[in-house]
Amino acid sequence: MRLLTHNMLSSNIKGVTNGFPLRIQVEKVVEKQVEINHDFLRNIFPKIDWKAFSDASRIMGYNELPEEPPEPSVLESDVEFLGKFHHALLELHLEEGALLCPETGRKFPVSKGIPNMLLLEDEV
Amino acid sequence: MWYLCVFYHRLLDFRKPEFESLAHLFGAFGENRSSHDSVLQWRLPKDHHPNSPFHFVHFPSEELARKLANRSILVKGIYELWGEGYDYEELEEAVKSYPDERKLPYLGSESTFKITVDSFGKVLSLQQQNERIEGLSFIPFKGRVNLKNPDHNFWLMETDAHETNNGLPPVVQRRIFFGREVGGADRKFIPMYQLKTRNYLGPTSMDAEMAFLMANQAQAAPGKLVYDPFVGTGSILVSAAHFGAMTMGADIDIRVVLDGRGPDCNVWSNFKQYGLPMPVGLLRADNNLPPWRPGLKEVFDAIICDPPYGVRAGGRKSGGRKLLKGIIGPYTVPDDKRADHIPSTAAYTLVECVHDLLDLAARMLVMNGRLVFFYPVLREDGSAENHFPEHPCFKLVATSEQMLSSRYSRVLLTMVKTSFYTEELALAAKIKHLEFKENHLKWLEDGTLHSSVFSPSDAESASEHQIAIIARTKLAKPFEVRYSAISARTVFELFLGAPVTIRVVLSSAKFANATIVSGSVAEEVSIHQEDMAKMPSRYACIRKS
Repeated sequence: MRLLTHNMLSSNIKGVTNGFPLRIQVEKVVEKQVEINHDFLRNIFPKIDWKAFSDASRIMGYNELPEEPPEPSVLESDVEFLGKFHHALLELHLEEGALLCPETGRKFPVSKGIPNMLLLEDEV
Repeated sequence: MWYLCVFYHRLLDFRKPEFESLAHLFGAFGENRSSHDSVLQWRLPKDHHPNSPFHFVHFPSEELARKLANRSILVKGIYELWGEGYDYEELEEAVKSYPDERKLPYLGSESTFKITVDSFGKVLSLQQQNERIEGLSFIPFKGRVNLKNPDHNFWLMETDAHETNNGLPPVVQRRIFFGREVGGADRKFIPMYQLKTRNYLGPTSMDAEMAFLMANQAQAAPGKLVYDPFVGTGSILVSAAHFGAMTMGADIDIRVVLDGRGPDCNVWSNFKQYGLPMPVGLLRADNNLPPWRPGLKEVFDAIICDPPYGVRAGGRKSGGRKLLKGIIGPYTVPDDKRADHIPSTAAYTLVECVHDLLDLAARMLVMNGRLVFFYPVLREDGSAENHFPEHPCFKLVATSEQMLSSRYSRVLLTMVKTSFYTEELALAAKIKHLEFKENHLKWLEDGTLHSSVFSPSDAESASEHQIAIIARTKLAKPFEVRYSAISARTVFELFLGAPVTIRVVLSSAKFANATIVSGSVAEEVSIHQEDMAKMPSRYACIRKS
């Protein structure tokens, strides 16, 4: 599971008011190379919740991202930053672990890189 | 300028929509991105029927025409027409009067060329083809001939009325065209992706050619993010990845998306097989209760999918089917069992499935993003007069029908998002979602296409109603099987070792009498559902679908 995916997911259990962001429990992180595409990065940047993203990247072991979101103009010109953004967003892979609901602590397992977000009968 | 566009003569309903979608993608309508009302101008050659492979299209530039044709699946070639006519005298007249400044740059001595003779509706022998080429000697070709890799490829195309067109009127009449090739589909990569060599397959994996057509309808391209909420084996995402898009998929069935059939036989390995970039994300999620964070919207450039129609393969949603049916009361999974609990799921009718899909797309697509999906329709009396799903955020820009049987087809719908997802829309969707939940049983009965496909048609007696369905053999070759049913509550998918016609009369939910009819000889075999496995192998092996 990449941080792009993590940034989109929340715990939608019945009764939970704020299920985002899910806390990451790391068991195995893998780095996988992905070809960089600047247009894609610029398009996706406004949709990212930066705080959740940069916190998550630190949990995954990557400390290069700033805590505050950069100005959009940085993406136009700063190739080095784009590289770091790309690396954290698409190349860090949670292979095994879990995502925890911030309110209830319920674990959504991540196995072989695939998070299981299915809710149980009483969470629906 | 007007170009001659020659399509491959197949998937007729899909040809122009693909062309139009790619025209938009390559900017044929200028930079105005919300120009969904613009369509290309088309003209038919004299005496040709709309089903003809030959069409004239008005296109702004040769460069764009080449790009479009090369990306397409169904454009055999685009040509700058130098002349046309009913016979060779007329053709010669026309070519001679075509302006020199358009011809001379391609006839020079420094370039190489080739002339290809092609025919539609008739067969030309090699000798006849050579005679035709000789007949073009009035054109001052100065360059050398290069049959393997010429700079310029000229085509002489002859069309004529078929002797027989399965009893239908011919799609072309006699006409001759001569033109310079500008571009054509590069279909060489399609065989590489054929399902028969695909690593990981499922019963509803999308055919490779169709998957590419869907990706073209959705305008998949580098820099875009494409999502498939019913990803299954990833067959649709593979085509989007081939065109350079980033892909993401979800499925409710964990076995399909996570386990696959082994460590080297799963969705990831399908992408590895073709050297394509892996999907950015795969999840196990329920489209009926999606895991997106509140406030997340406008993330995907396209959503391409093949939702479960509920005919051969049914969809599932979370919720505990016994609970929804009212068989048992609400329950809680005990704590010690929670970690490994596999949630029970309930049948997901087509109506609710499509409602959720449109809601998801309305929210998660960027403005002008495309939703491309197959929608099954009944073909009453041979026509497909059906009401397609609608949503206030979307404009339907293309419908392409693919016949599956005499009874039903599926239509590829292309919708473009033209207005924003509002609070009101979100609320309305929520209300509808609860309504589906409250009336689960009612929807099960009425909301399925399945019951329409297999329901008894009007007949004097309730005894036998002929219904046709597609059956799959063990060799995965589909063919039509006719069966009659008194009560169509139980659906049977027929797996056959040999092509035979089977008449199945369902007398009750428990017993099925199968009458095997081959020609005029009938044998009656009684099958108890539990005894299906014991059936003699030379008869049909009938399994409940």
